Amino acid sequence: MKEIQYEDFKIESPFREFSRKFLKKKSAVISLAFLVFLLILVVFQPTPYDISAIDYDNILCEPNSDHLFGTDEYGRDVLSRIITGTRISLSVAIIAVTIGAIIGSILGIIAGYYGGLLESLIMRSCDVLFSFPGLLLAIGIVAIIGPGLTNVVIAISIYGIPTFTRIIRSSTLSIKELLYIEASKSIGVSDMRLLFKHIFPGTLPSLIVSYTMRMGTAIISAASLSFLGFGASPKNPDWGAMLSTGRDYIGVAPHMLFYPGLMIFLTVLAFNLLGDGLRDTLDPKLD
Amino acid sequence: MKQYVLKRLLNIIPIMLVVSIIVFMFIHLIPGDPARIVAGQKATLEEIEIMREKLGLNDPYIVQYKNFMVGVFSGNWGTSIKSNLPVWNVIVPRIKPTLILAIFSIIWSVVAGISMGVISAIKRGKLIDYIVMVGATSGISVPLFWLGLMLMQIFSVKLGWFPTTGVDSFSSYVLPSITLGAGITAMIARYTRSSMIEILKENYIRTSRAKGLHEFMVINKHALRNSLVDVITIVGLQFGFLLAGSVLVETVFAIPGLGRLLIDSILFRDYTVVQTVLLIFTFQFIIINLIVDVLYGIANPKIRYE
Repeated sequence: MKEIQYEDFKIESPFREFSRKFLKKKSAVISLAFLVFLLILVVFQPTPYDISAIDYDNILCEPNSDHLFGTDEYGRDVLSRIITGTRISLSVAIIAVTIGAIIGSILGIIAGYYGGLLESLIMRSCDVLFSFPGLLLAIGIVAIIGPGLTNVVIAISIYGIPTFTRIIRSSTLSIKELLYIEASKSIGVSDMRLLFKHIFPGTLPSLIVSYTMRMGTAIISAASLSFLGFGASPKNPDWGAMLSTGRDYIGVAPHMLFYPGLMIFLTVLAFNLLGDGLRDTLDPKLD
Repeated sequence: MKQYVLKRLLNIIPIMLVVSIIVFMFIHLIPGDPARIVAGQKATLEEIEIMREKLGLNDPYIVQYKNFMVGVFSGNWGTSIKSNLPVWNVIVPRIKPTLILAIFSIIWSVVAGISMGVISAIKRGKLIDYIVMVGATSGISVPLFWLGLMLMQIFSVKLGWFPTTGVDSFSSYVLPSITLGAGITAMIARYTRSSMIEILKENYIRTSRAKGLHEFMVINKHALRNSLVDVITIVGLQFGFLLAGSVLVETVFAIPGLGRLLIDSILFRDYTVVQTVLLIFTFQFIIINLIVDVLYGIANPKIRYE
């Protein structure tokens, strides 16, 4: 008699399910690979030349076999400066977005969970921050606290807070209604424990997606502020500052503009595509 | 409907109040004595005291705020620190270039964005959809000022088709508006596409096709018209952002508009001008958002009752 074959039902672990779905998104996987590559650049800084080595024999050289991305107005290697700039630009963005995410999430969870006057107060403050269109909030903050890289980080952190608050509040609102929260409450779990152990993990998918998307915005904002002359000093090889300097040489050395901008563009594109991919895999309901 | 408009109006009044207080506090938030900043570095103590009196800095904050707001609404915006001219005279000539730039940008991005979105939705999954979506994602990711510089390098410096800077003629606005509109075009294309895809699944679209209506009519008369409700909201909201984006584009193309004025005034510490420009930017943004909300309420009665 033939043995009956039972089909093997296995419940996929959440991580497995996530990676299976994520790996299907080609653009997101490529973006992730590119970002890992940038991380390697940040850690090892494989610069072919010293970034401050002045070489008056090779001023404003076009890209060639010695200097793949050409040289700048002091004969410094543009490729090396871009690689060093990766560290500055990415750390500015990571620090700023992380600060914004932490403050924004705490406010969002509190607003969503407690509701009432506290919620109105927090959300109306967000509305006020949102009434400064686009980069204007960051520009205004830098105008008050002065230019410089640290102040750019502060400005971009504040600029990001209301976005996180809104997103985390709305996901807290929907999690709050779930049965397991009611169950935890009824067995007398403390508010703090409920917020951090039970509600916060539920907001993680939206938090991860908006964190990734926000990284792109932060990189563009930091570069824009540097370009306007509020950010990194032109001595620093920050991408935005390089573009700001390169602008004066648009007629003679367009490579000084092209490569730093291309790096900003590709990095932001990678974060946006990765964010799109994460959203589709983690939280298909999100708009 | 009246109730809805009233509710929205009541909603924005406190926000405008707080925003105006923040902008008013601007000159007090800057480290250092505002009177000293206004009087200049070489001013004597006596001159600073005179300046303090002139600026009304000895008055209580509430009186100062009242004077500031009365000034804002009566067109008396104070005196520019840098040029010593009334702020009104400094700002008014700057409005036109920014407005022209914004209007050109919004026109081309609406036309291009909607067409791209519709084509993409109809040809969903085909090569052209893929190209449009890659273009749209790139449009959102590209730094505005870099796009502007690249366009300037190719079309002005190399080919010489357009002037590099200034606003001498109509053609001066072509590259800046393309730059400023790029991100919005991308946004509109994405929204139009997803909205069209949803609507094309609806029963009434199937019905119109079944009754033999020409596909062109199905798309334009039935599908697009309904998706426009969502698209208009996006366009309206983006218009507010346009003026903020003009800060970067005007810097790249040296356009003497409001955005450029804001940056110059911050760099020159001309705080009276900074205050007024910030107030103009935020108030226009809040008011445009209100108008969009109301229009959306008219177009879609469902949301009025939420």
